[in-house]
Amino acid sequence: MSAKESAIVQFDNVGLRYGTEREVLSNISFTLFPGRFYFLTGASGAGKTSLLKLLYLAQRPSRGGMRMFGTDVITMPRDELPGFRRRMGVVFQDFRLVDHLSAFDNVALPLRVSGVRERDLAGPVNDMLDWVGLGHRADARPATLSGGEQQRVAIARAVIARPEILVADEPTGNVDPEMALKLIRLFEALNRLGTTVVVATHDYQLIRKVPESLIMRLDKGTLSDPTGALRYPPKRAPSGVEA
Amino acid sequence: MTGKPPTLGRAVDRGLAPFRGRRAASLLPRTRLGGPVPWVIAIMVALCVLAAGGALALSNLAASARGDLAGSATVQIIEADNDLRAEQARRIAGLLREDPAVTGLRMVPESEVAALLEPWLGSGEAVDAVPLPALIDLELAAEVDEDALAELETRIAAYAPSARIDSQETWLAPVLDALRTLQFMALSLIGLLAFAGVAAVWLAARNALGGNRDTIEIVHLLGGSDAQIASVFQRSILLDAIAGGLLGLVLGAGAIALLANRFAALDSGMVAAGSLSAIDWVILAMVPLFAVVIAVYTARMTVLASLRKML
Repeated sequence: MSAKESAIVQFDNVGLRYGTEREVLSNISFTLFPGRFYFLTGASGAGKTSLLKLLYLAQRPSRGGMRMFGTDVITMPRDELPGFRRRMGVVFQDFRLVDHLSAFDNVALPLRVSGVRERDLAGPVNDMLDWVGLGHRADARPATLSGGEQQRVAIARAVIARPEILVADEPTGNVDPEMALKLIRLFEALNRLGTTVVVATHDYQLIRKVPESLIMRLDKGTLSDPTGALRYPPKRAPSGVEA
Repeated sequence: MTGKPPTLGRAVDRGLAPFRGRRAASLLPRTRLGGPVPWVIAIMVALCVLAAGGALALSNLAASARGDLAGSATVQIIEADNDLRAEQARRIAGLLREDPAVTGLRMVPESEVAALLEPWLGSGEAVDAVPLPALIDLELAAEVDEDALAELETRIAAYAPSARIDSQETWLAPVLDALRTLQFMALSLIGLLAFAGVAAVWLAARNALGGNRDTIEIVHLLGGSDAQIASVFQRSILLDAIAGGLLGLVLGAGAIALLANRFAALDSGMVAAGSLSAIDWVILAMVPLFAVVIAVYTARMTVLASLRKML
């Protein structure tokens, strides 16, 4: 099997600019393989969120090629994008929960969008809320939840449909170190079940907690490869990565 | 939270149900697309029902007048000498009875002519001195046209040079033209109201889209399709349009019934001919249905056009 065939995501010389500004991402090329745990690091403003937006198909690149799940998503008809998005889970930096829906309904949203019947929803959603420790807050609106609780609802929503790839943008940015570690353990548990995980963070202490992870580092819109994460095929990272 | 995540079984893979209806509608807070939309639609529908009712009544009136007067004409013999006029009328009637273009004929009695002119001439001995024209009502064969009437007029002129034939359709023509103009204006008004309704729904849908942009983006990023998102707005506008349409129908029909009642009090045969039939009322009842269809279609197209600008 070639690298291209087994890759879950492949970026080829991708560039991104907003309007007529200079490129925020330049010549980005990398490959993500199934079942791996990736960290995307870099200082604030390095372009992590922009890269993740390309990954979860919220943005088209200004140039270059992008393949996901073996398909060219640049030339893909727009009406086929929803099917690809359903294969991903996204944890947004600002959670992006729907304010007027309860925690239960927020977590159930991906399943409803995918067409799961109401009678099949309650069990998995309640199990997922229990798993993130929010079974007792199922009826709570996001505004009544703490930042950490909102974060966990957002994670539960991202993983409820068992995505093939989970993309998380600074998921520990709003929680205390103890909760951050719990969240990382949660992502590891998902990763062990076969989900490819991509976590954007600038917290190197956190990265060290996942010795098997591969690192992609962004610096002023350009990607570097300190652990060989971008090689074909990638080399496993040694435990611990120096910042 | 550190254990294995729960499995979903095969819930995702089996038993797919479309994301629409009530479960999809919960995505939008109810008040976002509500507000003035039902009232605007109610006003539009009420005015459309009134205009359509007016157009149908005018149509009935014109059809009735045309039906009553089609194929009929009046011969008018103007002669000051009473005896000569009576003789001319008798001879012309004899001629017309034998003409295949004439299927029926009635000599209008002088008393009836006097009664017709009484509002203008009054009555009494002074009026008796005024010579009245002799009138002969004709029923004409279906194929008789203006040329045939002109030929007939030439023939009767041999008996009475001053006699002339008036086709009743001819003098009714300006009235029918006026009715047609009124009908056209009523239909134009319906068109303008439909346009205004579309514009109102378009604005409401765009406003609702703007107010719910975050939710829409989230649903999009979770894999929601344009059609799924559009269906949420469609449902919302559907409920508003049904409520507004029914209210508008009640208001419009009530206004028509009130007008009909007032016109009926005039006790005029012509006005009575413009009354609405059962089929007309069925057509009026369809107005809110059209309004609902137009509103839902407009909302769908507006939302889809906006969503196409998103990735």
